[in-house]
Amino acid sequence: MSAVNTKLKDLLGWVDERFPLTSNWKAHLSEYYAPKNFNFWYFFGSLALLVLVIQIVTGIFLVMHFKPDASLNAAGVPVAFASVEYIMRDVPWGWLIRYMHSTGASAFFIVVYMHMFRGMLYGSYRKPRELIWIFGMLIFLCLMAEAFFGYLLPWGQMSYWGAQVIVNLFSAIPFVGPDLSLWIRGDYVVGDATLNRFFAFHVIAVPLVLVGLVVAHILALHEVGSNNPDGIEIKKKKDAKGIPLDGIPFHPYYTVKDIMGVVVFLMVFSLIVFFAPEVGGYFLEYNNFFPANPMQTPPHIAPVWYFTPFYSILRAVTYPLFGIDAKFWGVVAMGASAMIFVLLPWLDRSPAKSIRYRGPIYKTFLAAFVISFFVLGYLGVLPPTPVRTLVSQICSVIYFAFFLLMPIYSSIDKCKPEPDRVTSSGHGVKK
Amino acid sequence: MSNDGKVDCSRRRLLVATATIGGLGGVAAAVPFVASMMPSERAKAAGAPVEVDISKLAPGQMMTVEWRGKPVWIINRTPEQLASLKTTDAKVSDPNSDKKQQPDYCKNETRSIKPNILVAVGICTHLGCSPSEKFKTGADSGVAPDWAGGFVCPCHGSTFDLAGRVYKSKPAPDNLEVPPHMYLGDARIVIGEDKGVKA
Repeated sequence: MSAVNTKLKDLLGWVDERFPLTSNWKAHLSEYYAPKNFNFWYFFGSLALLVLVIQIVTGIFLVMHFKPDASLNAAGVPVAFASVEYIMRDVPWGWLIRYMHSTGASAFFIVVYMHMFRGMLYGSYRKPRELIWIFGMLIFLCLMAEAFFGYLLPWGQMSYWGAQVIVNLFSAIPFVGPDLSLWIRGDYVVGDATLNRFFAFHVIAVPLVLVGLVVAHILALHEVGSNNPDGIEIKKKKDAKGIPLDGIPFHPYYTVKDIMGVVVFLMVFSLIVFFAPEVGGYFLEYNNFFPANPMQTPPHIAPVWYFTPFYSILRAVTYPLFGIDAKFWGVVAMGASAMIFVLLPWLDRSPAKSIRYRGPIYKTFLAAFVISFFVLGYLGVLPPTPVRTLVSQICSVIYFAFFLLMPIYSSIDKCKPEPDRVTSSGHGVKK
Repeated sequence: MSNDGKVDCSRRRLLVATATIGGLGGVAAAVPFVASMMPSERAKAAGAPVEVDISKLAPGQMMTVEWRGKPVWIINRTPEQLASLKTTDAKVSDPNSDKKQQPDYCKNETRSIKPNILVAVGICTHLGCSPSEKFKTGADSGVAPDWAGGFVCPCHGSTFDLAGRVYKSKPAPDNLEVPPHMYLGDARIVIGEDKGVKA
C-alpha cells in the first residue's frame, strides 16, 4: 500500500517538475477560497460548464452523421434535412444524442440567464470584477452566435427563414449593409454556401472562441475572487495565514455542493430529453419539421424562445429617425438590448453591491426590468398586433430605462449599511 | 543590447519597420480568406432569366415562380382590385413609387407593364420573409376592418397593397421589388430580362 503511495508521490513529483499540476490544482480548486455563503443562485456557473461539455460531446457525435448539404436528394428532400431525419430514425441512439443537443441549447440559455441575473442581484459585475463580466458578455454573444448558426443546420422551414431574417438584419446597416449580408450568405439567397459556412462556424470557429473565453472568465474570477450574496469582499478580513476568514476551499466544499446541483439539473434535463424534447414547440419548433422552402414563409415565424425578448424589441421599433429607416433603428435597438449589460459596471453608482442592502428604487427598477423582459419574451413568440406592438414598445422603454437611468437612481437610492462579514452562519468551516 | 541605457535608434527604427511590414503582410494574408466568403463564380453565374406562361392565370389569381432562388409573384388583378389601389394611395408610404424599387417602365399607378398583371419579388423589404397573400377584403381578411386586399408579412407585420406598396408606419421601409421583366407575346413573361422594352 505505502509502496504504491510512494510510487504515486514520486510520479506526481516527476510531473510537477515539468508541469504546474499541483500548483494549479491548489490555485483553482483545493486552495481557491470562495465565500462560505453561496446560495441557490451560485449553482449556475458550474451548470453552464456542464452544459458546455454536453454540447461539445453530443455535437462531436452528431457531426459524424450530419451532412451540411442543401441540394435535393433522390427523394427531393434537402440532404441536410434528410441527414437529421436519418440521425433520428436510423442511427443507433441518434435520437438521444440529438435530443440532448437540442435540449442542451435551451438549457444553456436558461442556465446562463440565471447566471447573469445572479450577477445583477448581487452586483457581481462591480469593481474589481468588470473584466469577468465583460468576458461573460462575450461568452453570451458567442452563445447567441452558436445558437443562430446551429439553428440553420437542420435546414427546416424555421432554420431557413430564421437565418434569412437575421442575415438581413445586417443589410440594414447604411452603406455597407447589403454587401455585408451578401458576404455572410455567400450567395444572393440563403443557400448551400450559407449552410456550409454556418456549419464551419458552429462546429469549429465559435466553439474555439467560446472555450477560450470561458478560460479567461474563470482565470479573471480566480484572480480577484468570487463575489457573494452579501456583495462584500471577503479578502478584506484574513486570518494569520492570509486566508479569508469567510472563505472555504472550493474543493471539496463547493465541488460537493455543485455536484448536488448537477444531479438535480440532470434529473430535469433527462425528463425533458425523454418525455418532452420539443417542450410544446418552444425547444424544437414544429415548423422546422418541414424541409426549407425558399418560396414560402410559414404563416407564423418566431425565433426560439431564448431570442424572443430581443426580437420583440426589434419589432417594437416602427418609427424612422434622422432620415434613416425604422428597420435600421430596430436592428440597433435589438443589438443594444442584448449587449447593454456590458455597461453595468459603469452605470451602477450604488454604494451597496448586493440587492440585500440596496434601496427601494433599485428594487423597483429591477422588478420592472424583469417583468418587461418576460413580457417581451412572451410577445416575441406571438404574431404582432397593434396592441401587442404598443405593449412591446412600453416594455422596450422600461428595459432601456433600467440601464440608462441607473446612474441617477442608483446614486440617490437609500441603501442599508453593508455588514463587515458575510451573514451566513451555516455550512462554513470553523476557523 | 543596451549601451548605458541609451536606445539605439537605428535598431529601434528597424524594429518598427519590420513589425509594420510584418503586420501588413498579415493583413494581406487575410484578404484571400475574407474574399473566399463572397459568392463564388458558380453562384454568380446562376440566376438565368425565367420564362413563365401566364395564359392560365385567371383574374384574381396569383402564381409563384422561382427566380434567383427567390419567389416571384405574378398576380392577375381584377378591376376591383385595381380600383382598390386608389383607396390605398393615402395609406402607403411611397404611393408614387419614387424609390427605385422597380424598373422605370413600371413606375406607374399599378407598378406594372400591363395594368392588371403585377410581377413582384415576394420578399419583404424589411428582413426578407415572404409575405402571405390576403386577397379577401374587410374584416373577413383578419387583417383590419378596412383592409383593401394585399399582403401581410408573417414575420414583423408589414402590410402591402395589391401593387406591392408598403403601408405607412410598418417596419418594412420600401415597396416590394418589381424585377426586370418583359412580355414575349401576350401570355409569356420573361423574368430577369427586359431587353428591347424601354420605358
